[in-house]
Amino acid sequence: MSLAEPDNMIERPSDPIDDLVVVPRRHYGIWIGMVVALLFAFVIIRALATNPAFAWDVAAGYLFHPSIMRGLAKTLLLTVVIMAAAIVVGTIIAIMRVSPSLVLQSFASAYVWFFRGVPALIQLIFWFNLSLLFRTFSLSLPWIGPVFSVNTNDFMTPFVSAVVALSLCEAGYLAEIIRAGIKSVPSGQSEAASGLGLSYGQILRRIILPQAMRFIVPPTGNEAISLLKMTSLVTFIAVDDLFYTAQSIYARTFETIPLLIVVAFWYLFVVTVMSIGQHFLERYYGRSDKLDESPFARLIRLAFAPRRVGVLP
Amino acid sequence: MTPKAENQARFGVAPDAMVFARGVRKSYGPLEVLKGIDATVPAGSVACIIGPSGSGKSTFLRCINHLEQLSGGILLVDGEFVGYDLRDGKLYEVKNSLLCKRRADIGMVFQSFNLFSHMTVMENLIEAPLRVRGMPVGEARAKAEILLARVGLSDKAARYPRELSGGQQQRVAIARALAMNPKVLLFDEPTSALDPELVGEVLQVMRDLAASGMTMVVVTHEIGFAREVGDQLIFMDQGVIVERGVPREMIANPQSPRTREFLSRVL
Repeated sequence: MSLAEPDNMIERPSDPIDDLVVVPRRHYGIWIGMVVALLFAFVIIRALATNPAFAWDVAAGYLFHPSIMRGLAKTLLLTVVIMAAAIVVGTIIAIMRVSPSLVLQSFASAYVWFFRGVPALIQLIFWFNLSLLFRTFSLSLPWIGPVFSVNTNDFMTPFVSAVVALSLCEAGYLAEIIRAGIKSVPSGQSEAASGLGLSYGQILRRIILPQAMRFIVPPTGNEAISLLKMTSLVTFIAVDDLFYTAQSIYARTFETIPLLIVVAFWYLFVVTVMSIGQHFLERYYGRSDKLDESPFARLIRLAFAPRRVGVLP
Repeated sequence: MTPKAENQARFGVAPDAMVFARGVRKSYGPLEVLKGIDATVPAGSVACIIGPSGSGKSTFLRCINHLEQLSGGILLVDGEFVGYDLRDGKLYEVKNSLLCKRRADIGMVFQSFNLFSHMTVMENLIEAPLRVRGMPVGEARAKAEILLARVGLSDKAARYPRELSGGQQQRVAIARALAMNPKVLLFDEPTSALDPELVGEVLQVMRDLAASGMTMVVVTHEIGFAREVGDQLIFMDQGVIVERGVPREMIANPQSPRTREFLSRVL
């Protein structure tokens, strides 16, 4: 034994430190909660499995029924068209809200106030009944006379009403999300860009919006998911979406529960796919962050991402 | 007569003046930040501006590239107004596209670097040459590589700003400004946000630039840099220029008591 060795390195035959044992804290609350949760799960699963009224075989039979498929396609079409329109309108409203002009700001604020404040269902029925307010839409020019004129009912079909009503409503929410995203980008970014000679439009498109996207994508994904479900409102104005199709079948056959199960299944399925898509969008816009990937995220990516040869994760 | 020659004759601007300011005033509401600034920065020279915070030195710098609009006075860069055109004795605000074009000739380096955080170093450098000058991609990249070598960061082209140290980010910001071939470079406290051990590398790049003949206006607290590199030193306090002179003489022997007091605090 050398003299340089520190004192605590000297081996003693029985060190009281070695005999110490750590006893973990007991989490009784969690154990009780687990038992209750398992009990609930058991009751629910047993009910699902044993109650014949669920009629799983009937539900399975309708799962890929042609009408249901057409309804699902209509629901998806509505979601995509409405979301696309809402993103365009919402971006314009958001840019107006951050513009230096007080008039544009006020207009945008009023828009958000109204379309976020009135329930979507009421807006929907309102647009569907637009012909009660305006019978025709026409354009007349002085000296030339009427250029065109259309009956409101001819173009305000249920589908068009649904798209107009829900996209205007959704745009109100998106405008707020996009505005918050734009505000989150430090002002030095646009200063540096204008110092380099980039124009206002270029700064917005190339510098501000791409950075704002990191803050915009997660809540917009949530909006898209809630919009998907919100489109079931169009049943009220007889657009043949997923829910309306199911309703019209069970109104005939009285297989209410199985068809609701089918509808719920397809909504859940689409929401799941959208959540995965959202995850990848978030990763794309956060790429300059180089955040460490969570194990769950890695699992999803390996399972679903297209693999490219020679590109390592 | 060209607008430049006309302006020079009309306002008595020296032919070699790159930046010319006469009676520059700037107010935010009732608060007057600049109270009549006169200054001339000859082409190829380095002007350093010092002064306590709130003295208006950064505001004056931002007036030069029209990030701030003047409340009064005139400011010419290379004999031309940046945000205006002079016609029939009136100053007409120029349209945005022309303002952008003129700003592109005035490089600016910020205290907080302001690199575009969603772009790699290379993308930061080629963005403005591509979008503002319409330079072909290949040419812009080649130029960017030369500039990165000049600031000693050739190996960082593919990195994102947040992966770099503060000193490296500021050197990239200088390269980004140089990528536009500016007539004049404005530095707004370029080393104030840096850790002390990173200040040297940025000052070295600026020293090299000055030696290459770049016209520079530098707002700084680095008195040593001002003494060594500056051709003129301007001391500002409360919106006015209190004293100006040759840096070495002025630092050794300040004439105004306010300059003396300020220098005694920062030296």
